[in-house]
Amino acid sequence: MIWGVVQFPGSCDERDALHACEVASGEARLIWHEERELGGVDAVVIPGGFSYGDYLRAGAIARFSPAMEAVAGFAAAGGPVLGICNGFQVLCEAGLLPGALLRNEELRFICRQVELVDAGGGRLSIPAKHGEGRYHAPEDALDRLEANGQVAYRYATDQNFNGSARDIAGVSNEAGNVLGLMPHPEHAVDPLTGSTDGLRVFEAVAAAGARA
Amino acid sequence: MKARVLIRPKEGILDPQGKAVERALPALGFEGIEHVHVGRMVELEAEDPERLGELCEKLLANPLIEDYEIQTL
Repeated sequence: MIWGVVQFPGSCDERDALHACEVASGEARLIWHEERELGGVDAVVIPGGFSYGDYLRAGAIARFSPAMEAVAGFAAAGGPVLGICNGFQVLCEAGLLPGALLRNEELRFICRQVELVDAGGGRLSIPAKHGEGRYHAPEDALDRLEANGQVAYRYATDQNFNGSARDIAGVSNEAGNVLGLMPHPEHAVDPLTGSTDGLRVFEAVAAAGARA
Repeated sequence: MKARVLIRPKEGILDPQGKAVERALPALGFEGIEHVHVGRMVELEAEDPERLGELCEKLLANPLIEDYEIQTL
């Protein structure tokens, strides 16, 4: 399996994302934001960081990059896409995922290990580090997300540190091939750093690709 | 044409910046100020002001979380 990791000016987690993709399965390569083609990759990661300086709103400018146009086409064709942190914000701004990410309730940038629960009830311990991670969608949209099984990850009890609606940490699109989450699975793929739970997120994305 | 776009958090959405400003005011001796909301202002010059609405919908504001107001000057 070949993964592509999109790099914008201001991305900062693309190296860890490449490493995580390689550990999870196969090989990975960087895709510069000016590329109009994804080069035949099997899955795409939009990594964390501060694309285009987070100017205007996090993710607002990155969505207009040539690479994101290619990603939108790839996603529409059923290709698996994973957005992490700023990548999640980019996917929401691009309309590939529902909702928006707002400033954390307490306004502070928070960096900590966080406990998540996946849709099947499995627990993951992975790091989170962001200032704008408060998931928001209108109430009726939240109801639909829950009814459709699109809430992929929630903060475990007492772990919702940013004020996200209904403890939502990550969502998928209706088709299930696009996934975004605020915490960082790519930083939790080696026992050296305390947890390998992040690999399960990459494996879930790879499995979505296999089904497509 | 010169224009100014005011962008503010939608009503009903928690605005922690506004709250933080509001909470700081009494310590500075400003009493009786409430419902503080913090937004953004974008100034621009447009050849075709007719398209400013579209520009706001697509880029300057996120209509899911923000309201905008266009003032032509």
